Amino acid sequence: MVCIPKLREGKIMRGLKSFLRYHILEPLKILASDKRALVGLSIVIFYVLMVAVGRLFIPLDLTPHREKRYLGPSWEHPLGTDFAGRDILAQIVHGGRDVLPVAFLTGFVTVAIGTAIGITSGYVGGKLDLAITTFIDIFLTIPGFPLLMVVAVWLLQSGIPINIFIIACVLSITAWAGLARSVRAQVLSIREEAFIEAARCLGLSRFHIVFNEILPNVMPYIAINFMLSSVSAIYSYTGLQALGLIPYEPGTWGAMINMAQAYVGTITGTGCWYVLAPSITIIVLQVGLVFLSQGIDKIFNPRLRER
Amino acid sequence: MTTPLVKAEKVSKIFPVGSMFGAKKYIKAVDGIDLEIGENEILALVGESGCGKSTLGRLMLALLKPSSGSVSYYINHKYKDVWSLKGKEFREYRRNAQLIPQDPYSTLNPMKKVISALTPPLLRYKIARNRREARKMAAELLEIVGLSPPEDFLERFPCRLSGGQLQRIAIARAISVKPKFIVADEAVSMLDASLRIEILNLLLNIRKSLKTAYLFITHDLAIARYFARNERIAIMYLGNIVEIGRTEEIIQNPLHPYTQTLLATVPIPDPKLARKRELPKLRSMEIPSLISPPPGCKFNTRCPYAESICEKKVPELREVKGRLVACHLF
Repeated sequence: MVCIPKLREGKIMRGLKSFLRYHILEPLKILASDKRALVGLSIVIFYVLMVAVGRLFIPLDLTPHREKRYLGPSWEHPLGTDFAGRDILAQIVHGGRDVLPVAFLTGFVTVAIGTAIGITSGYVGGKLDLAITTFIDIFLTIPGFPLLMVVAVWLLQSGIPINIFIIACVLSITAWAGLARSVRAQVLSIREEAFIEAARCLGLSRFHIVFNEILPNVMPYIAINFMLSSVSAIYSYTGLQALGLIPYEPGTWGAMINMAQAYVGTITGTGCWYVLAPSITIIVLQVGLVFLSQGIDKIFNPRLRER
Repeated sequence: MTTPLVKAEKVSKIFPVGSMFGAKKYIKAVDGIDLEIGENEILALVGESGCGKSTLGRLMLALLKPSSGSVSYYINHKYKDVWSLKGKEFREYRRNAQLIPQDPYSTLNPMKKVISALTPPLLRYKIARNRREARKMAAELLEIVGLSPPEDFLERFPCRLSGGQLQRIAIARAISVKPKFIVADEAVSMLDASLRIEILNLLLNIRKSLKTAYLFITHDLAIARYFARNERIAIMYLGNIVEIGRTEEIIQNPLHPYTQTLLATVPIPDPKLARKRELPKLRSMEIPSLISPPPGCKFNTRCPYAESICEKKVPELREVKGRLVACHLF
């Protein structure tokens, strides 16, 4: 009787160890073998740290200093100052707090909807497939960003409390369609494979066939799309901010671009640091995610790994 | 022959051939076939590609639904149509009838390790009580099919294994649930010649220990003869069985003209003998289209002995010299 709790503990420890080994350590090893993925991972980790921890070290001071307007980089202001003489680096560190959560949440929502609809359509087939495919086609014909603008304005006026999740849903409003279509196409070809037939012959459940046989085969594709939709979500989100269509908080990257455009300083060239800083910040993050996505492919696809 | 385990009665399968415009066309892949396979029996099914042998195999496994006719399985002392089986009985049928597919490179999920192909059926039919036991059993199965040490293979991905190794794993998966009936669909035709005999012997050994029946589908008469020696062989042509009987009798003395041609195409290693051999003079080398098969006997367009009746009447399988032949000549 005494040894039972010990046994349980041993089991949990073993489970934890195998989880660490197969889901953390092995993927990291695979990532480490690819230099580009490693660069991408470092960039993404740097941004996460910057947004999460950086603001504790770099305080945001928004009091205007007329005498310091449009300064270039210096030790005091590494990225220069804006139209009111405030530090740009501090604004960038503080302005990105929403971007990463919104990007990843959008990626998640897009991928979840796209995969669910694509797999259902491809696996069930028949009339349901026809109905879903038609529905997808309609969504594919809608131009994404203009619709986003309309929905964003409607959302602002409707008085619905806006949080990150709602923004993510809005941003994936058209993004899921393309993914759903290609997942469907992949499922259509995978379900004719011999290993699906073997699973059916062994009497394995539909649940098993969908989640253990088909899904792993679509997974590399889904993972890459997760990254890519996060990247395009960054564009859309900061774009909507720059246009002032999503809750306008001064200090976000998008808002900084907006301000930079609005002020003459940019046009004359004296304030180029002000417009370049947020733009480059956004671009580097996207490049990092794209690099990382290629490594992610290797994690999910054993055929791509070297040995 | 012992009591039949699986029976096909007048089973047919028609596939629509997609055509956007005009009349829809159909292919009769399997055309009213009667077939019985007894317990622990081997039936080799031989025919050229496209004659419907794989379709027939899939009909026997309830992976395809017949367009007409029925496939029944002996369960609880009765023959029951496999498509009317429900719940527990269907599960039992699924467990007892297994498939060894043709292409070893696509029979295992490329994203999953070997272990994940072997454990789900063991857990599903409660052959293993937990994952650890399933793992142990999977290792034993690999040992049975000749992959040792099994620990080297369990954690590998299919892309790191050779065709022969993959086919052995496919066999291990099929026998993991201890089936009574296995359809081996061209199980060795994608393998190197040197590996074939080994795999055939493995299948024969499994039959000895598990008492399984085989429907052994192949296009190669020599392999059929080796595998089904002292058993039965069936020759198929364009959706029909044209001759069925004891293997040695049919190989030694083929009656149906198609069987004769098929036998004549088996290469002989000795060139002197090969030169002496007379090939039956086929009237045409072309296989008739399945969409519009010739009337009467389907072989009449090519048969060297065709008479006028062959173009009018479909020949039935009749007993001739201890076997069944579908030909007007007898």
